[in-house]
Amino acid sequence: MFGIKADWSLDIQERYFTIDDYEGNEARWCDGCGDHAVLATAHRILRDAQLPPEKSVFISGIGCSSRMPHYMATYGLHGTHGRALPLACGVKSRRPELDVWVATGDGDCFSIGAGHWIHAVRYNMDMTILIFDNQIYGLTKKQTSPTSPIDLKTNTHPEGSFLDALNPLTVTLGITNASFVAQVIDWNPPLLYETLKAAHEHKGTSFVRIIQRCPVFVDGITKELQNDSSKLLLLKHHDGIPVAAGLERLFPESREHDPSDMTTALDIARDETTKGIIPVGLLYKNEDIPCYSDLSALGHDITDEDKIAATNKALDAFAI
Amino acid sequence: MEPQVIQEHIVEIVSDSGEGAQKCGQTFGNIGAKLGNGVWTVEIIPAEIQPPARTPSGASGIRIRLGSTKVTNVGNEGDLVVAFNEQVLYSRIANGAFKEGTIVLLDNRWASDPSTEIQKMYADAVVEFRQHGLVVHELSIHEACLKVVKDPRKGKNMFVLGMLCRIYNRDQDMGRNEIALTFKGKAEKIISSNQELFDAGYKFAADELSEYFFDIPPQEKSDDRPMVVTNGNTAIGLGVMASGMELVSMYPITPATSASHYLADVFPACGGFVHQAEDEIAAIAFAIGSSYAGKTACTITSGPGMALKTESIGLAVMAEIPLVIVNVQRGGPSTGLPTKIEQGDLLSTLYGEPGDAPKIILAAATIPECFSLVVLARQLAESFRTPVVVLTDANLATGVQPWDRPDLNRDMLAPPLDQSEWDKSVPAYDWDDKTGLSQRPIPGMPNGEYVLTGLSHTKFSKVSYEAEDNQKSTAHRSRKLATLQSTLTPPKIHGESSGDLLVIGWGSTIGAIEEAVDDLRKKGEKISTIHLRFLSPLEPGLGEIFSNFKKVMTIEVNYSDDPDAPMITPENRRYAQLASILRIQTLVDVDCWSVVYGHPLQPAIIEEVLQQRLTKVKSDNSAEEE
Ligand SMILES: Cc1ncc(C[n+]2csc(CCOP(=O)(O)OP(=O)(O)O)c2C)c(N)n1
Ligand SMILES: [Mg+2]
Repeated sequence: MFGIKADWSLDIQERYFTIDDYEGNEARWCDGCGDHAVLATAHRILRDAQLPPEKSVFISGIGCSSRMPHYMATYGLHGTHGRALPLACGVKSRRPELDVWVATGDGDCFSIGAGHWIHAVRYNMDMTILIFDNQIYGLTKKQTSPTSPIDLKTNTHPEGSFLDALNPLTVTLGITNASFVAQVIDWNPPLLYETLKAAHEHKGTSFVRIIQRCPVFVDGITKELQNDSSKLLLLKHHDGIPVAAGLERLFPESREHDPSDMTTALDIARDETTKGIIPVGLLYKNEDIPCYSDLSALGHDITDEDKIAATNKALDAFAI
Repeated sequence: MEPQVIQEHIVEIVSDSGEGAQKCGQTFGNIGAKLGNGVWTVEIIPAEIQPPARTPSGASGIRIRLGSTKVTNVGNEGDLVVAFNEQVLYSRIANGAFKEGTIVLLDNRWASDPSTEIQKMYADAVVEFRQHGLVVHELSIHEACLKVVKDPRKGKNMFVLGMLCRIYNRDQDMGRNEIALTFKGKAEKIISSNQELFDAGYKFAADELSEYFFDIPPQEKSDDRPMVVTNGNTAIGLGVMASGMELVSMYPITPATSASHYLADVFPACGGFVHQAEDEIAAIAFAIGSSYAGKTACTITSGPGMALKTESIGLAVMAEIPLVIVNVQRGGPSTGLPTKIEQGDLLSTLYGEPGDAPKIILAAATIPECFSLVVLARQLAESFRTPVVVLTDANLATGVQPWDRPDLNRDMLAPPLDQSEWDKSVPAYDWDDKTGLSQRPIPGMPNGEYVLTGLSHTKFSKVSYEAEDNQKSTAHRSRKLATLQSTLTPPKIHGESSGDLLVIGWGSTIGAIEEAVDDLRKKGEKISTIHLRFLSPLEPGLGEIFSNFKKVMTIEVNYSDDPDAPMITPENRRYAQLASILRIQTLVDVDCWSVVYGHPLQPAIIEEVLQQRLTKVKSDNSAEEE
């Protein structure tokens, strides 16, 4: 077992993976929770990509949504509250060949982990970030989150929350090196699949804000959107998220948006959100931004002889 | 004229910040080391980057102790000091840095300063210094430099280096070569101008100070092992490289940062990478990510950064992730004394996390140990599947000393990344019931898939809040420390194995404590000392060793209540940090003496304290016998 086998990768070529190969423990989220949909989509994407389960790592912080790694049969790292992103960046830093996913909540990412959010986007390591944004703290039972709408009655703000919601899209688009910014809803499986697939295929940090149902604590927020799809604005473009014609018909409101156009992306993110409209689709994508992992992994395959020689050379400088 | 042969001297160079006294002293120390002297240097650092000029609090500089034998600490009062202005000397006098007869070579430019106020300050100071018994020489150093360069503020330091090389009979060409090395990579003009200043200083001392002409012969070496000369932080960097670790993830903090500066320069040649994270929490999380993925990483920090890392250290303990954490301690709590010396983080390192968080803690006592303990830490981290903390301090960080060049070998390096198939029947935490040890699957290993979690978990890494699961996994993590202790040997006793007083130390105080103890032994006292490197687990056999001494005490650089202070009773007295642990672990009434002055402990002060304790032990004892 502990010893290097030269031909392990050859076996893998011949393996065929089914959904079962990616399913971990039975998910313990509430009935009707949007997290189930994201999980099922992730299973399908890995199956369709035929990625060996041992090659993917799902990394999370703490929260209901951060339980996701336990429900995968891949490698997983269920860390501390707010720190999913630096943990994931560390995994990727010297193991660039691993397929890295991050599962993080709105509190995990936008509140306690906000500093890491900015910097992880700027590092632009090759990974897929799933933000499960239910606009509430789920695990700790209904406290206000940074994305909770103003006046939302929560356990910490029983008379209604004081502040306007943070806009994760304008913030992320404003971060230097943002390379893939998308928004999607959890209750449209084909759109969720296409969005996460595009995110996964993008080389760089893919930031996907998933508007997620939490029927137990804030049923109203997403119910409203489910009942009135005119509150959603579908972004269409041949370089954007592929949308089949049948799917498009479910969105009464849509517009063309070229994901290489940052100015318009920012306008949409700001103006539509201000009007209470949720843009869905790809806001921005740029494949030319360098990935920090290309730098941080340099030399990860250097030989022992070379390491010793370089250290000896370093010692020479202090020899007396 | 023949130089006067002396066994050792302590030299200080003190100036305003930015005048290059430290560079001068380091170069002077390097020359001494290359000539075979024992050397120890300590920087004198003002707390601010740009303190006001000509103020006692702005004193910036360096102390160099040179000897014909191995030098292990900063020593007591200085023998010779070069001062660029008179004000900075006040703080050194207040710190007890000088004695009657200390030679002061003072730049006299202030005597003719345009400001009459400064003229008066200068004149008053010289009178005062002489009253203190200092032998003050007022020298036209600034004026002599003006003959070579337009702005002596830049370059005076190399003039002073020239003076010192002449006074201590160092070869002039060697000095010139050392300057070329110090300024390596700089323009030829800069090197030659500094060499010119050096030559001028050399001649100046020969002409003006011919009465001071000393020689400190090289140490006799028992073998001719090659040596290197570095400070402790560079040694940490070299240790990281020799250990085969590939990643240092850090956030800048004094006095730890220079280790990462050094690595940033040389690490890429070893295939390594220094990640400057957005904060200390991210720095350790990043390192944990890398370690989890099979590349054991290192994070380097100091007290306030250590505090931020606490929650993540708990994760590494709980999830059994190998990780090396270096804490170059400074004065605390809070921002504390950023540039000063303290051994104040032992208890927070041991007990900082919520719940039970056993981890390995090592403390480097010397500069070469900054190297070897980092190498050992990586090995222990992987063998015991745990974070390992290496404690050093500001004294080791900036102190420069020659040490035996390490023989690098493959055993020091991390094993290659294992990607072989994991046996599916083996759980992710296959705890051995006796030792608590287990091997870990690494991402990429087929069939090893598991989810690492900071939640309480079973051996399959499944989240579990069951009573028995938590009890058992906590016990297994704790057992690993007992397992490690079973492989250790008792500490070596410096001195006889029984006597009146046993002194226990840890960290950078070893040289000063042993020097004090040796002095007392020469005076016939029955005193010995031990110095601990393993603080968690403790080295074995302590109770047995203690039982052979009438009294046991620690000497530490952290806070403890003075037993004679107001309000202090035996029931509320707070002990120094190692003393506290030893009391718990051995049930021996271990006493302590500790201070938080922020400077390295001088052997003479320790000796005075120990002498008092010895007197007390002996009188208590004879009272008992009566
Ligand atoms: C340092 C720390 N602070 C607080 C908590 C408690 N806590 C756990 S999850 C959570 C908020 C989770 O909200 P979110 O990230 O939105 O995830 P959700 O449960 O909604 O999926 C909090 C405050 C913790 N585990 N650790
Ligand atoms: Mg939430």
